Amino acid sequence: MDHTHETINKVKIETQCLRTKEFKRSDRMKSHIISTLVENRPGVLQKALSLFTRRGFNIDSITVGESETEDLARMVFIVNGDKKILEQVTKQLNKLVDVIKVRSLNPEITIKRELCLIKVKVENEQKRGEIIQLTDIFKGIILDVGENSLTVEITGNPSKINSFISLLKGFGIKKIAKTGSTAIERDV
Amino acid sequence: MRGGEAIIKALKEEGTDVIFGYPGGQILPFYDMIYESDLKHILVRHEQSATHAADGYARTSGKVGVCVTTSGPGATNMITGIATANIDSSPIVAISGQVATSLIGNDAFQEVDMIGITMPITKHNYQPNTPEIIPSIIKKSFEIASSGRPGPIVIDVPKNVQEGELKYYEKDLFQTPGYNPNLKGNIKQIRKATELIKSSKKPVLLVGGGVIIADASKELKELSNLINAPVTTTMMGKGAYPEDDDKALGMIGMHGRKAANLSIEECDCLIVIGCRFADRTSCSLDNFNHTKIIHIDIDPAEIGKNINIDIPIVGDGKQVLKSLIFEIKKNKYKFSNNWIKKVIRMRTDYYPKLNYDDYPLKPQQVIKEISEVLNDDTIITTDVGQHQMWMAHYFNTNKPRKFISSGGLGTMGFGFPAAIGAKVALPEYDVISVTGDGGFLMVCQDLATIKEYDLPIIICLFENRTLGMVYQWQELFYGKRFSHSKLGNYPDFIKLAESFGINGEYVKKAGETKHAVKRAIKSGEPTLLNITIDKSEALPMVPPGCRLSEIHGEYKTEKP
Repeated sequence: MDHTHETINKVKIETQCLRTKEFKRSDRMKSHIISTLVENRPGVLQKALSLFTRRGFNIDSITVGESETEDLARMVFIVNGDKKILEQVTKQLNKLVDVIKVRSLNPEITIKRELCLIKVKVENEQKRGEIIQLTDIFKGIILDVGENSLTVEITGNPSKINSFISLLKGFGIKKIAKTGSTAIERDV
Repeated sequence: MRGGEAIIKALKEEGTDVIFGYPGGQILPFYDMIYESDLKHILVRHEQSATHAADGYARTSGKVGVCVTTSGPGATNMITGIATANIDSSPIVAISGQVATSLIGNDAFQEVDMIGITMPITKHNYQPNTPEIIPSIIKKSFEIASSGRPGPIVIDVPKNVQEGELKYYEKDLFQTPGYNPNLKGNIKQIRKATELIKSSKKPVLLVGGGVIIADASKELKELSNLINAPVTTTMMGKGAYPEDDDKALGMIGMHGRKAANLSIEECDCLIVIGCRFADRTSCSLDNFNHTKIIHIDIDPAEIGKNINIDIPIVGDGKQVLKSLIFEIKKNKYKFSNNWIKKVIRMRTDYYPKLNYDDYPLKPQQVIKEISEVLNDDTIITTDVGQHQMWMAHYFNTNKPRKFISSGGLGTMGFGFPAAIGAKVALPEYDVISVTGDGGFLMVCQDLATIKEYDLPIIICLFENRTLGMVYQWQELFYGKRFSHSKLGNYPDFIKLAESFGINGEYVKKAGETKHAVKRAIKSGEPTLLNITIDKSEALPMVPPGCRLSEIHGEYKTEKP
């Protein structure tokens, strides 16, 4: 019995330690934008992702698509972590043979965009008008009009999209599909 | 030419003269093609042994080791060996068979996603989908495996690709623009390091396996002499600097030598080369001496990963050391020898005791006798556990690539097959596999291999009928509850060896090891020495989380 208690205590202490560690880390947690140029081959995304899981890095979002160069793709990761984590993420990504270039983008001069599709409930004509008006204000586009619903496309930075979503919540949101952020630095 | 033949041709062009392997269904076409080729193949008795043998071959010769297995279970049996090579930065190319491309994804017989499985434990991996791409893949694999920070590469070859006819044989069908290891250190950083070394009063060199891989032993010695700094090593760095030398303090870490651990605690400038600050080396990252640290490593990701570094230098150990020596010489800096004198005294005072005439035998005495018989060129491979730490602690290695052991992964069953690889790579040298009764039994089937290929390896089996390291931890940290760490009285290892046609000898008393090893070397035949040692013998150790100077357990020294 004693032994079991001991073990339990040990586990408790360990969990506590872990928590304080996490807490300490989160003190300096920040969201970072990492832009990566990779060879456009099957398995590259998996390699990058398996690296994130294995090293315990937290990803908020990933976007992948073709780049300006043929055969090369660009991946944009939004990563949460302190400076040390950011350094490890970039270094470990750089080690992958398929990865050509890794850059942590300067948030002050970076344009960040994501695309979001929202299907929202329409109860009556008046509500429809309101939604169309809101969409207009947020520079969104109505993609589809159904009998009881509207599908809206909106692009922008995550905070704009989030505030649009919270405005639509009152109407009843049926479905949301988001792409995650992609980003590019301004020429300064 | 068919795909399999292209593999053979490309391997030979890369300088491969021998491969270790085990055939099976999906690699049959390749095996049919080596039937008539002059590529030497060593048939091991378990796929795991093939990878460890290729690893041992690579670590002792510096060349890329190659192993081949079939798909599915054959491929997964390689995983342990691949992971071992990965964490110890050993260049191997592991070729696995795969089901035909048309069947991939169908859960076909003996199909496993080898590429997916090995992603986190390889430097890179390939699955050729046409026979034409094979020569380029082999060429790239050897290049990537052996350059920069070396590591294992997996090539997963579908059966139809092995059989398919090549329309042309071309070796540069693709490039790897993302792979350019940085070899030359940044000269500004090197100059900063020079200044720091100059201003330090108590510099210490800490050397990891990177120095051996970079072939920088000569430069290391020159630097140590130039700045009057003692040399400590990690276990992987053993042999980078001759340990018989006065300035060599031996291994640091959890089971490190006292003088080495103390010197790390006391130094005011730590020059670290090719070492990744593993937890077994540093014991506690928080309590590690936070003095000024210069870290030279070819892998930028290792710098600052575990310990904050003052002066990072990314580059090849040999090239960076050369520039560092050049800068110091150019500035004509002079270094006092007060510190080194103190260190040498410390080395003598804390030199571990080796002489015991106890019965049952003490491992220290056995190691002393082994080292008396051997010369500096003898290759020692160890398994994992107590015997490994005894060897790392008490045995002096004087030349690089002569102490082969599984470091990062701590793979039991590594030592004996690695000795096979070593003997195949360098048949002119004596190879001794020091192993424990636990780890040896995991791979004892390969006694058949050494008999079959007449590889005169000497197995020094430290027999204590326990899983010694586990036993020691249970004694220290788990209230002497020896849960499943006693091995019982079977097998009789000599009878086991005899059944494979291998000579064996029991060693029980002080003084016997020496003669037994001598006889074994003279016989020129594979031999197993069953050395019965005291099972209560434990190692002095630094418990995890403690400072390097907090050595628990009695540290017996040669000087009373």
